[in-house]
Amino acid sequence: MSHISRRNLLVAALLASVAVSPAVFAQDFDADATIRIGSLYEPQNLDNTAGAGQGINEAFNGNVYEALFQLTDAGAVEPKLSADYTVSDDGLVYTFTLKQGVTFHSGEPLTAADVKYSIERVTAETSKSSRKKSLSTITSIETPDDATVVITLSTRSISLPYNLSYVWIVNDAATDITATEDGTGPYSLEEWRRGSALALSRFDGYWGDAPTNGEVIYTYFTDATALNNALLTNAVDVVTSVQSPDSLAQFTGNPAYTVTEGASTTKELLAYNDRVAPFDNVKVRKALARATDKAKLLNFIWGEYGTLIGSFVPPTDPWYVDLTAVDAYDVESAKALLAEAGFPDGFEFTLDTPDYDPHPIVAQFLQAEYAKIGVKVNINIITANEWYTKIYQEKNFQATLQEHVNHRDIVFYGNPDFYWGYNNPEVVKLVADAEAAGSVDEQTAKLTEANKLIAEDAAGNWLYLYPQIVVSAATVTGYPVNGLNSQFFAYDIEKAK
Amino acid sequence: MRRLAILVLSLLIAAVVLFLLLRLLPGDPANALLGVGATEQQIAAARAQLGSDQPLYAQFLGFVGNLARFDLGTSFVSRAAVLDEIGNRMSVTLPLTLLGFIVALIIAVPLGIVAAVRSTRWYGAAISVVSQLGIAIPVFWLGILLVTLFAINLRLLPSGGFPLKGWANFGEASTAMVLPVITISLVMAASLLRYVRAATLDVLGSDYIRTARALGVSFPEALIRHGMRNGAVPVVSILGIELASTFLGAVVIERVFSLPGLGSMLLLAIQQRDYPNVQGVLFVSTLMVLLIGFAADLLQRLIDPRLRDRTRTS
Repeated sequence: MSHISRRNLLVAALLASVAVSPAVFAQDFDADATIRIGSLYEPQNLDNTAGAGQGINEAFNGNVYEALFQLTDAGAVEPKLSADYTVSDDGLVYTFTLKQGVTFHSGEPLTAADVKYSIERVTAETSKSSRKKSLSTITSIETPDDATVVITLSTRSISLPYNLSYVWIVNDAATDITATEDGTGPYSLEEWRRGSALALSRFDGYWGDAPTNGEVIYTYFTDATALNNALLTNAVDVVTSVQSPDSLAQFTGNPAYTVTEGASTTKELLAYNDRVAPFDNVKVRKALARATDKAKLLNFIWGEYGTLIGSFVPPTDPWYVDLTAVDAYDVESAKALLAEAGFPDGFEFTLDTPDYDPHPIVAQFLQAEYAKIGVKVNINIITANEWYTKIYQEKNFQATLQEHVNHRDIVFYGNPDFYWGYNNPEVVKLVADAEAAGSVDEQTAKLTEANKLIAEDAAGNWLYLYPQIVVSAATVTGYPVNGLNSQFFAYDIEKAK
Repeated sequence: MRRLAILVLSLLIAAVVLFLLLRLLPGDPANALLGVGATEQQIAAARAQLGSDQPLYAQFLGFVGNLARFDLGTSFVSRAAVLDEIGNRMSVTLPLTLLGFIVALIIAVPLGIVAAVRSTRWYGAAISVVSQLGIAIPVFWLGILLVTLFAINLRLLPSGGFPLKGWANFGEASTAMVLPVITISLVMAASLLRYVRAATLDVLGSDYIRTARALGVSFPEALIRHGMRNGAVPVVSILGIELASTFLGAVVIERVFSLPGLGSMLLLAIQQRDYPNVQGVLFVSTLMVLLIGFAADLLQRLIDPRLRDRTRTS
């Protein structure tokens, strides 16, 4: 008996040591380490309402600036500077209580006036924030005391906390933040050299948990090869987003590096102008969807990376359902559908194709695919700027390719005036009702329904979801892998001693 | 004085051409600032703010007026003063170009003379062949080869980038410059060497060298006293062109080595339709090229008194 128990003890001790060792290892990081992050997205200025580009979200969201809520890397919306909030019965009045003891990097305390100022920065006439429109339901912001903010809406908006996660809380004393900052985040701006790098250092007066490193330097590259070389030569520790599968071969299978594939929200889309013939015919759209071998295309562009999606919704949106079976690849039924639609001999259309990767290759692929069902594709290469003018503004096109990067952007299908002109009154109503929903569950149910409807209507041809690939030195852990909304939280990154 | 007038006139013409060429490009700069989701009001506001809603002549008058005050405006995108940003970028591009040029001279002049004087020996021929090869190699490819060898395989030098603190971090900034400078100087040296060699061959076959030799002057002395000065005149004009094209061609090297120089600023500005930045960089580059030409011209006159006399009599 005693013999057995002693052996059990030994086993238990062994197990314990195994269980403990990762923890011991995890504590073996350098709390003052400098984390060097390599990126292709340099911010153009430091103000997210002044057209700074996605690079500013990568460097500053959650690191330098915080919002009332935070969109986590997993896609959840969690309170950040908001301690608590209540919603009136009619859903039109939101009362937020702010966290106590929060100070800006300049040393001033966070007050309700700062929150009001920050929201108004985004909704201002001169603001270039892409979130401006989603906050347009706000009719007034009141600050009855320093810790309370009352927001009144013209219509119900279940997404308000989510939309507020994009609003940086900036000190109201800071007037111009295009080259400086005054936020509440765990890091403050140390230095910025345009065209080269941006350094953040740990803010010692931070209200929350201190970062697990002392300094973060974002180094910017214009060339993906140069960025990969920097990782190979140990000049950076992490690459935030690898844009070419070819370059991954030098890291996969090498124990000195870690390659992680997360879930991106970037969708490669063949968008039809649903207002014009023949794309106003659902059978034509469905036929093209069925004539597209998306698995082959994805493999062609990204190798083993990336995800197939049956609609516009990525798996990190709460209303995701797997719809890849709708209009699955089937050339024969595509031909039959075309004949039913009145095009037994096919037709011809112009595909306006942005001149940058991967669109031209995708266009050629589609050209070859659709030739099999008698549809002739004329590829018209245009610049990003022409795309914006010709397609987005003037809506003067038959079909186009575009990458849509936003999270939760199925709502575009509820807007018949959007560039693709999809107009299904049922979807319009579902999207509107979802926003006016009384609960997140109700919102989710309605948008899930809308998601299924756009898939059934083949409103667009959703080719694939881009992968989000992060490569790092094996000594570095704790970085976000999904990079939703281009965010790259640096505060949990640990570097081994 | 006449040269100076030509310089100023050239600058004026360059300003007009730059301005018009940029406006001929399709697309509105306001679009580049706004993404998918922008409303008509946002687009109109952006146009008004950028001045791209103004008639062309009003935009041009504003541009020239500002130029006269050395004000290159502020960037549409970053909102930083264009001149400050150019100054910042010049701290990378100028040393890169000048160091590359000096190293190229150090390589090309002696080797070019040796290749000419010893053109019948095997090493004279070898130098010519290698320099021909050097001309054939694209500069970006040489850059990539050097990175692969010295940065990735041997780990001796950084593969690219420039320190955050710039030249304040002198050690890191200097090491960051080594590979780019070598790349530029090797390519430049290859073509310079050909010119030096050709000029030296001309001089060697000239009557005055033969006469000097006949008068009993030793070959090296004849070459140095009479040959160098004569041979330098055509080489200096080529040097000016080479330096100018290297300055403009630095954009390729800056991309290969991720250096925050003038070239990368220009590339980014073009992509973003950032007119003030594009105009500013092109204008300053034009100014630099004209100044280099001007300096080469002066230097030629200094070397060759006949050129001075010709101007005086004309």
